[in-house]
Amino acid sequence: MSTRRHQGGQPRLPIPVLALAGVATAFFALPLVGLLWRAPWSHAWSYLSDDDALTALRLSMICSLWATLLSIIFGIPLAWLLARVDFLGRGIVRALCTMSMVLPPVVGGVALFFALGRRGLVGQYLDRWFGLRLPFTTAGVVVAQTFVAMPFLVITVEAALRQLDDRFEDASRTLGASRWYTFRRVVLPGIRPALVAGSVLAWARALGEFGATITFAGNFPGTTRTMPLAVYLALETNPEEAIVLALVLMTISFAVLVGLRDRWFTRTGRHAPTVLT
Amino acid sequence: MTRAPLLAISGLGLMGFLAASCGSSHTSTATVAPTAVIEAAAAQGPTTVAQTTQVTGDLVVFAASSLTKAFTEIGDAFEAANPGASVTFNFAGSSDLVTQITQGAPADVFVSADESNMKKLIDADEATGIPVIVAKNTFEIIVEKGDPKGVASVAGLANPDVIVVLCADTVPCGKGAATILRSANVTVTPKSLEDKVTGVVAKVTAGEADAGVVYVTDVAAAGDKASGIEIPADQNVISNYPIVVTKSATNASSAQSFVAFVAGSAGRAILARYGFLAP
Repeated sequence: MSTRRHQGGQPRLPIPVLALAGVATAFFALPLVGLLWRAPWSHAWSYLSDDDALTALRLSMICSLWATLLSIIFGIPLAWLLARVDFLGRGIVRALCTMSMVLPPVVGGVALFFALGRRGLVGQYLDRWFGLRLPFTTAGVVVAQTFVAMPFLVITVEAALRQLDDRFEDASRTLGASRWYTFRRVVLPGIRPALVAGSVLAWARALGEFGATITFAGNFPGTTRTMPLAVYLALETNPEEAIVLALVLMTISFAVLVGLRDRWFTRTGRHAPTVLT
Repeated sequence: MTRAPLLAISGLGLMGFLAASCGSSHTSTATVAPTAVIEAAAAQGPTTVAQTTQVTGDLVVFAASSLTKAFTEIGDAFEAANPGASVTFNFAGSSDLVTQITQGAPADVFVSADESNMKKLIDADEATGIPVIVAKNTFEIIVEKGDPKGVASVAGLANPDVIVVLCADTVPCGKGAATILRSANVTVTPKSLEDKVTGVVAKVTAGEADAGVVYVTDVAAAGDKASGIEIPADQNVISNYPIVVTKSATNASSAQSFVAFVAGSAGRAILARYGFLAP
């Protein structure tokens, strides 16, 4: 995810590499061009000013940001544990925590039922003791999105932590800094690019989440119908509307991803000099 | 050049969004090695269903997801009766299937769960001939085994303590449910509006929802995980399942034979076993 720039000039890539990169770019760009090509521009506005669309968009934004926040709060400690602590069964824990990336999201949603649903392993006690029910609630959407999104942050941050020279942490500690201070002032700044990249990936995944949401949280306007669900439902009746809604979602993601400047994704060098190898 | 990594990141983000839209339909195949079928058929002797024309080759059938179990069995029976024919199914929501066919997916036969989606295919000039109704379906209230919440009737769905899940009114099962509630004069506040009937069934069988309105065949398919409450005929809705050979069929004669097989006695018997009503 980081680039290495040669001093004072552009890197010169061999032609085959350039050609393959070009094909890859076209592979991602063409479907988007296809959508733009088929979009009903003349009455796009009428679909957009529709209350249901705006409600779905607002819900998508709120839920995906919550899911990203939860992923950061729980994901960084998890990544740190996986990167720094050598414990028995670490491989198993890592596999468990990234399993939802390969699980079909619909299966993930069913699994969440069995864990957190009204009759679920833990959910039945949440219901009985606290009257807390996640299915069919906005909180349920956040849970489903976090379930599929957090691994993207965890693996990105873990990889960065492994590359971070742990002698900086040792130095900080020998100079009298507490573990917490070292974590905040040495480790976190060192992994900032990966943290940003991981958060963006997790957010993008949460924003596009469909299968786990519709299975676990259901599909109701205002509470659980996020943009991807609205798009899917619109496809059933009005494909034109679906295209417009999809384009809105894509424009927003695109703006955020382009808006993140290159430097967020590159090493600052100040906190983590690349003295590795 | 310096923008290259940025483009790559953007691509990744969009991938997440695009990935969300690819879990909608699934394909299941019911192919049998032709030689094995020939041997089996030769051992059995003449089959009950007489075939006047030679039916051979691969046949692709796009069928509504509510037909999954029944049509998988019909496909096996068709292959057994026609050594040399091989049927592959694509089961999904009727409107998804229409979209797939109009976008060029290779289908020989299309079976819809309602007439409006069949009309969409005809309007798109993708169907040949007049569709034949091969089955009918009707609605029931699906509840947890034994109806512990005491829903008992359509009116019971209005009870605020009962978690009701319905289909969205954009899909056939949702249109049916809306009509039923209207004719029973019952107002229901559902917790979720599912995009397909299996979503309703799954939420009731998982115990998250207490009741929903689904097809009789869905209640039958759920087996002992759910119970059905009959809806009186004067409130109920009957939906038709039309079948047609597509215009783009590469194997039109075999496709016609398949349609005749489904509409014939063998097909009807199998459909009836899964709870479908005779046309």
